[in-house]
Amino acid sequence: MRVLSLAGRRLAASIPTLILILIGVFLLLQLAPGDTVDAMMAQMGGGDATTARQLREFYGLDLSVWAQLGNYLWRLVRLDLGFSAIYGKPVATVIAERLPATILLMTASLSFAFFFGLILGVVAARGVNKWPDTLISTFGLMFYAMPTFWFGLMAIVVFSIYLQWLPAGGFEDITVSYTGLRRTLDIAQHLVLPTLTLGLFYMAIYLRIMRGSMLEVLNLDFVRTARSKGMDETRVVVRHVLRNALLPMVTLIGLQAGTMLGGSVVVESVFSLPGLGRLAYESVIQRDLNTLLGIVFVSALLVIAVNFIVDLLYARLDPRITTGS
Amino acid sequence: MDLVKLYVRSPPAVIGLLLLILVLAMAASADFFYPRDPLALAGRPLIWPFSNPRFLLGTDNSGRDIAAQIFHGARISLLIGGVATVISVMIGITIGALAGYYGSWVDTALMRVTEAFQTLPNFLLLLVLVAVFGSTITTVTVAIGIVSWPASARLTRAEFLSLRNREFVQAGRTLGLKDMRLIFGEILPNALPPVIVYASVVMAIAILLESALAFLKLSDPNVASWGNLIGAGRDVLRVQWYVSAIPGIAILVTVLAVSLVGQGLNDALNPRLKSR
Amino acid sequence: MSPILVLDDVSVKLPAGGDRSHAMEKVSLALAANEILCVVGESGSGKSMTANAIMRLLPGGVTIDGGRILFEGRDLCGLGEAEMRKVRGAGIAMIFQEPMTALNPLRSIGDQIGEMFELHTELSAAEIKARTLALLEEVRIPDPALAFKAYPHELSGGQRQRAMIAMALALDPKVLIADEPTTALDVTTQAQILKLIRDLQRRKGTAVLFITHDFGVVAEIADRVAVMSKGHVVEQGATQAVLGNPQHAYTRQLIAAVPPLKAPPPRALSSEPIMTIAHVSKTYRTGGFLGRGQRVTHAVKDVSLVLPKGATLGIVGESGSGKSTLARCLVRLIDPESGEIRLNGIDLAKLSREEMRSATRDIQMVFQDPFASLNPRRKAGEAVAQGLIVHGMARPEALARAKELFGLVGLDPASTERYPHEFSGGQRQRIGLARALALEPAVLVADEPVSALDVSVQAQVLKLLAELRERLGLSIVFITHDLRVAAQVCDLVAVMKSGEVVESGPIGAVFGEPQHAYTQALLASIPGREFGKGQRLAEEATA
Repeated sequence: MRVLSLAGRRLAASIPTLILILIGVFLLLQLAPGDTVDAMMAQMGGGDATTARQLREFYGLDLSVWAQLGNYLWRLVRLDLGFSAIYGKPVATVIAERLPATILLMTASLSFAFFFGLILGVVAARGVNKWPDTLISTFGLMFYAMPTFWFGLMAIVVFSIYLQWLPAGGFEDITVSYTGLRRTLDIAQHLVLPTLTLGLFYMAIYLRIMRGSMLEVLNLDFVRTARSKGMDETRVVVRHVLRNALLPMVTLIGLQAGTMLGGSVVVESVFSLPGLGRLAYESVIQRDLNTLLGIVFVSALLVIAVNFIVDLLYARLDPRITTGS
Repeated sequence: MDLVKLYVRSPPAVIGLLLLILVLAMAASADFFYPRDPLALAGRPLIWPFSNPRFLLGTDNSGRDIAAQIFHGARISLLIGGVATVISVMIGITIGALAGYYGSWVDTALMRVTEAFQTLPNFLLLLVLVAVFGSTITTVTVAIGIVSWPASARLTRAEFLSLRNREFVQAGRTLGLKDMRLIFGEILPNALPPVIVYASVVMAIAILLESALAFLKLSDPNVASWGNLIGAGRDVLRVQWYVSAIPGIAILVTVLAVSLVGQGLNDALNPRLKSR
Repeated sequence: MSPILVLDDVSVKLPAGGDRSHAMEKVSLALAANEILCVVGESGSGKSMTANAIMRLLPGGVTIDGGRILFEGRDLCGLGEAEMRKVRGAGIAMIFQEPMTALNPLRSIGDQIGEMFELHTELSAAEIKARTLALLEEVRIPDPALAFKAYPHELSGGQRQRAMIAMALALDPKVLIADEPTTALDVTTQAQILKLIRDLQRRKGTAVLFITHDFGVVAEIADRVAVMSKGHVVEQGATQAVLGNPQHAYTRQLIAAVPPLKAPPPRALSSEPIMTIAHVSKTYRTGGFLGRGQRVTHAVKDVSLVLPKGATLGIVGESGSGKSTLARCLVRLIDPESGEIRLNGIDLAKLSREEMRSATRDIQMVFQDPFASLNPRRKAGEAVAQGLIVHGMARPEALARAKELFGLVGLDPASTERYPHEFSGGQRQRIGLARALALEPAVLVADEPVSALDVSVQAQVLKLLAELRERLGLSIVFITHDLRVAAQVCDLVAVMKSGEVVESGPIGAVFGEPQHAYTQALLASIPGREFGKGQRLAEEATA
């Protein structure tokens, strides 16, 4: 229960952060050349000044910046993200349509990066400066230094064009309408390359952190205590080192949740996935500022949600959090 | 010097340094080998690499010399990476130092801002900034600097938090030193090494961010950027995959070089960690 | 009785490139059942390496390169790793200096003790739990059932060490190696732990190899003692013989450096006070949200003391007694909440930050840790000149003055150009002293200035401090946890507990006839308190 209340308090503390972000980005977007109405007019192929004025009045864009900000925040409280003139739908609807692909991609990549980062980090630390370590560290460094979108393109060349094992893009095969398990498999198949593309970069980071943290913990006093009890190395690692070494990695996941979501913009573009990231890219190109602001809000919520889970996980791992020290 | 000796002891660090020198040499010699505008039409489009001695690395889909773009691109990558890193680390050090040294409400306020920057996906913020301020090379560089400072701020703050209560800082205070002298004269020189090492990570990420932005055609279209070339090559990926592949390798090598040098510096500064 | 553990000409080789080739050279020791052998020495003597060598838990690159380690007649050096693991824990168990870091912070105490049975026996989970609880009972942890479920951070230092002992003795090992097990503990806790080890050892007939730097502890607990220096055993024998009649010059020098508990005859004190501390308080508030559920700690509570001109006022107490907070209040590193600190008539507690910066001329501080108290990136001479420069002296002049001060504290004036890491611990503490003295303060606040030093270095620094006090007419506030040190340097003493001064007065009176129960307990807890007294009497008789 203490765990929940603690994580709950952290959650409450992120509300000011959220408001700070919204105000900041809202004001920033006021500096953008042209507003939504300009974008709409451009899309309609031009129009006269009166229509523009009427539209601005309709969307409340003729008010002062502060009044607009107030209006916006008040609408947010009622969970109204506004209307996307470009898509002709409420922003909330547009985002809701795009959210599942991004959440799937994020979850899959994060799990992949966490799992393999953990295992490879442990293996590398166990054989520090021997060949498994050198091999793992070298590959890790390669994946870290590769631009994700480039890796994605090259993966398409190899696996989709030459080997034709996996689809080159999209969320599912739209030429046939599968249902049930068949559809799930189809989506999974489409997500393999995007997941690898996004996940390998983070796996490289996690494995490096895990390796370093393992080496650090292996040097701590209680490891010597465990050895002095007559424990073998495998047991020392599993029962005493692993959990302690996991803590910095878990912290890092929370800190990097935002970066990872940012990475999905590029990956979704490479693989033409209908996700939030690609929506963000499209709304920048089309100057759909309302949608962009909505995406900022939703991504911040996602990051806060990830951090909430990370907090819970951390508190489960470390008893010092809940019982105070 | 000891540091140099410790540095050259590690083979990866030396490889990194050599790669970095290679990229720097490419940047420096770009005008010498390819004096013409790298974005100008040079020959027949889509010549495969090594098939025509005039275009060693071939040409892209608009008939521009790939090798010329690679050489000139090295300049852009290093320039944007370097300047963005300086901006980012400067902001990070200032905010981290103030938050860590003064603590209490200053810390709370500054960390709230840092948190806000970390909660907002950095690439999304980069998109917003580019959407608002346009995509010239200057705005792109500044924008990358602005989105990537939070980690160095956190690092600097952590260093300051641990150093500010060290006895030598307290001793400085009992001698009557002013805050600014304590921050810049006593604490900062001791807090700097890990931040400088971290700057290599910032630079690697800055180079990757710029290339991603260029790939999405949101960076400056008037300069020869590796990311631009990868983006252009995407249209002919099915057959002429080399147009995208070659600049990608250039990015890989540059980021690898920067990271290896950073790691080598880190190991040289903390020899204890290396030897165990 | 035949010895159970024998070290026969054991040498331990250090990795190449260090300042010496061997951590231990031809060390021979023998430990019989039912005895406590103390290995005593200063830092770098190889005493801890001895423990690690026996357990064959040496750091990377360090190897045993000669001799035999016989445990129950078997040479441990020749054992395979799997065989050796059976010896560790079951045959030879070990306890460590810092019980906080020696226990895994993420696993409960019961779990960590129970692991001993899991590793070496076939007991069922229920039996393990019962045995573990019995062990916790045996080491007299208050509320064993609660301690069983507790995590290390929820216990006090003494309780953690008790848990460590319970763990080590779980399988009734023949040999217990204790590596400075009480060094990190307060003196009253130390006394309890020493008694516990002694009692359990007597009851179970365990052979104990006890490693320590403290001759008081040796006198308190050892049957036999081995003195180590630079990797060699220079002398060993029965405790009485070695302490009473040391043969080797090094042993004699070490024993002479231990300050006796009895204060020297009192000095005449000035009746004029230089500093008066009146009703100083400082509280800390931690945790809580908007004032709810806050924990309030009275770090310093209504302390009033007077420092006469030229005198040394000792403030003694255990960790958490508030003595360091009080010291920091005096120099305004911490702002006291209420009370007055009058120095030469000026109330320091009321000064603004700016005013205090110039008032620091008159009150300076010497810190505990010789490694942390100097900026590693600043030359030693600059560190000393810094205060002078801040207070308006020209740089060349200040640097010249720094050279003079180096001479004053017994350092080579030519060494001002060197960086702190090029000096030894004792030398650094001298630099710290020179830095504080540069401003010619009226009052020097010394916060545990010799606690981090080896006993022989400690004696030198204390001697220097006494000389400077005479020559410069310094008044000193001397914070220490070590009552032996206090007895030697202080004219007056104040005993602190939980932020309050429980007793104060001339040192001879307070230590000779303590009035408060806590002072009595504190004095009674000092290990080997009889040790050193006789020696002092003998010196006085010959004088």
